[in-house]
Amino acid sequence: MSIVLDRLLERFPADVVSTHSNFGDDTALVRRERIVEILSFLRDDPELLFDFAMDLTGVDYLGEEPRFEVVYHLYSLEKKRRVRIKARLHEDDPVIDTAVSVWPGIDWYEREAWDMYGIVFRGHPNLKRILLYEAFEGHPLRKDYPKAKRQPTIGPEE
Amino acid sequence: MAVKRVKDGASGYALTTLESLVAWGRKYSLYPFTFATACCGIEVMGAFGTHYDMARFGAEVVRFSPRQADVLLVAGTINYKMAPVMKRIYDQMLDPKWVISMGACACSGGFYNNYTVLQGIDKIIPVDVYIPGCPPNPEGIIDAVVRIQKIIETGAPRAAERWPIK
Amino acid sequence: MAEPVDIVTNDRTPDLQAEPMLINIGPSHPATHATLRFQAKLDGETILDLVPEFGYLHRGFEKESEAATWTQVVPYTDRLNYVSPLMNNVGYAMAVEKLCGIEITERCKYVRVIISELSRIIDHMVCIGTNMVDLGALTNFWYFWKPREEVYFLIEALCGQRLTTSYTRIGGAMADLPEGWTDRLLAVCRGVIPECIADVNALLTKNRIFIERTMGAGPITAKDAIALGFTGPCLRAAGVPLDLRKDEPYLVYDRFDFDVPVGEAGDTCDRYMVRMEEMRQSLRIIEQAVAQLPGGPIDIDDPRFILPGKAQVYENIEALMNHFKFIMEGVQVPAGEVYSATEAANGELGFYIVSRGGGGPYKIKVRPPCFPLFQGIPHLVKGQMLADLIAVLGSVNIVAGELDR
Repeated sequence: MSIVLDRLLERFPADVVSTHSNFGDDTALVRRERIVEILSFLRDDPELLFDFAMDLTGVDYLGEEPRFEVVYHLYSLEKKRRVRIKARLHEDDPVIDTAVSVWPGIDWYEREAWDMYGIVFRGHPNLKRILLYEAFEGHPLRKDYPKAKRQPTIGPEE
Repeated sequence: MAVKRVKDGASGYALTTLESLVAWGRKYSLYPFTFATACCGIEVMGAFGTHYDMARFGAEVVRFSPRQADVLLVAGTINYKMAPVMKRIYDQMLDPKWVISMGACACSGGFYNNYTVLQGIDKIIPVDVYIPGCPPNPEGIIDAVVRIQKIIETGAPRAAERWPIK
Repeated sequence: MAEPVDIVTNDRTPDLQAEPMLINIGPSHPATHATLRFQAKLDGETILDLVPEFGYLHRGFEKESEAATWTQVVPYTDRLNYVSPLMNNVGYAMAVEKLCGIEITERCKYVRVIISELSRIIDHMVCIGTNMVDLGALTNFWYFWKPREEVYFLIEALCGQRLTTSYTRIGGAMADLPEGWTDRLLAVCRGVIPECIADVNALLTKNRIFIERTMGAGPITAKDAIALGFTGPCLRAAGVPLDLRKDEPYLVYDRFDFDVPVGEAGDTCDRYMVRMEEMRQSLRIIEQAVAQLPGGPIDIDDPRFILPGKAQVYENIEALMNHFKFIMEGVQVPAGEVYSATEAANGELGFYIVSRGGGGPYKIKVRPPCFPLFQGIPHLVKGQMLADLIAVLGSVNIVAGELDR
């Protein structure tokens, strides 16, 4: 197994649910409770040094329980490695701690995940809608939101 | 009754109506407001560029203030967040004004049939000329400007006059 | 009887700077290329705080792709970064090919490199041209548009469209290079493009007005740039030599000899210099790629991914059924998730694709390079003047199609 996943398992044996390296991408599914510690470890550990938070997104696995998944993609400038960290969230409690204290650049990605999926990031300084207008109702990237739903406009009736 | 004009450098005179004269001046000095949101904006830049020169048609003075413009060239997708902005800009423009809807997204939503894209700007503002294409060639934009010039020349009613909602 | 007023300590003068001014810039504004909005808190001309807002071009790329087949997503990817659409096509096709586990042909790799570098050149031209328009230097915009039109003629000969190209397919490309295309390409890359870069260079690089306007506008340290997630020319201008073409070489970039320009201060002037130099390096790569371009097919020989030829479809029943299934159901891609990143003109363009088997994606997330850049703009301009914001915004190259998706 890769060095990243080895060190992660060594340090957080109880929190890592599963790992895989399919298609060449190291991936670890972790529990959400200590996510900030896990991410800080990945950033600070001298063997790993993941100083770039490249991406954060949510995925809606409608029909599975837990329903939502938060996916972090990290990159290490010095070691030139990538890792994917995932955490599952239940439908009625889609809350996870914010990672803004680890990488300030992840701020807007979390806002987008809130906007599109309704995933709440506990402790986020400004969790508001970012892509859609403020009065928008619903979280459109959820699988149960109809794709071609029209919104109210000013002007004549459609 | 017009005097037969001989092209020998001598001066002459022609008779016309005030409307035709004003229309002649108006059509060759259109001030477009390029409301360019998306990819069509790049083709608008190409149309105003040196190869497909829009200055030949008199419409090269691009004004970014709605108070100073008379053609609203909507180039690109308008979504529900941008729609009130566009409507406001349209309302701020002074009469007489014309609207060109450029590209598939502005005409009818394009191939974005979803929760966020307005399916055509004619849902909220009156449109005079539609340019199909995704994105249309700069030649299409020039064609649209020429059509607007024809509308002005013939004195045809503008879309805003036919629009039922005030 | 009037009270004598002490003129020296006259405290009837109104306090002129009692509160900062809040102004709104955009979303329809000539200097915001695309539909961006800022709410700026100003003290005179100095920016105290800046809140950016976007989403005015959110078109639902992800929701649309969930309802489309794998090949139908390709036109949606064109409209992401619409100034260099071929790079988005290449990035998406590479991500799906990684998921399928297929290796494209050598010729296709070289062709993808050539079109990516060509797109990089035209992207940088738009960025610098429009940035300079905001600063009042309109000539460069017209100068840059001439080679752009030449490149557009080339792209039109290649795939029929100037801007929304939809050129790549999974396992190959839409069509092979037409005859004589490489000769025309070399003529453009040795003629119009370097001449135009030299012209703009002569106008700007040693121009005092340009230097005073851009040096020191929006600087950022390397550490801050990394913490904010910057990639691409903005990160390299700050001194961090991260370039995926060198650090994680994909396609055939490891076979070419080229340099990666790195700046120092991370300000607007450095970003401009990095982009100009990158254009010259892209020309080097194109020369080498055309010299090494192998023959052979452009598509892989795999009936699971490639449409059969029309002649076969008309004569052979299996080919007809294969063609039908491809169009109606889509290419069948195995289940799994993958993240694939390429070095686009603006930075790291990442595609995170989740597939559950079948003909269409379950989810596609695009990691736009200008997302963290736009997030970092308040950091770049706090404490500077409003006019510096305009210079910085142009140099950071925000493309709304990519930012809002």
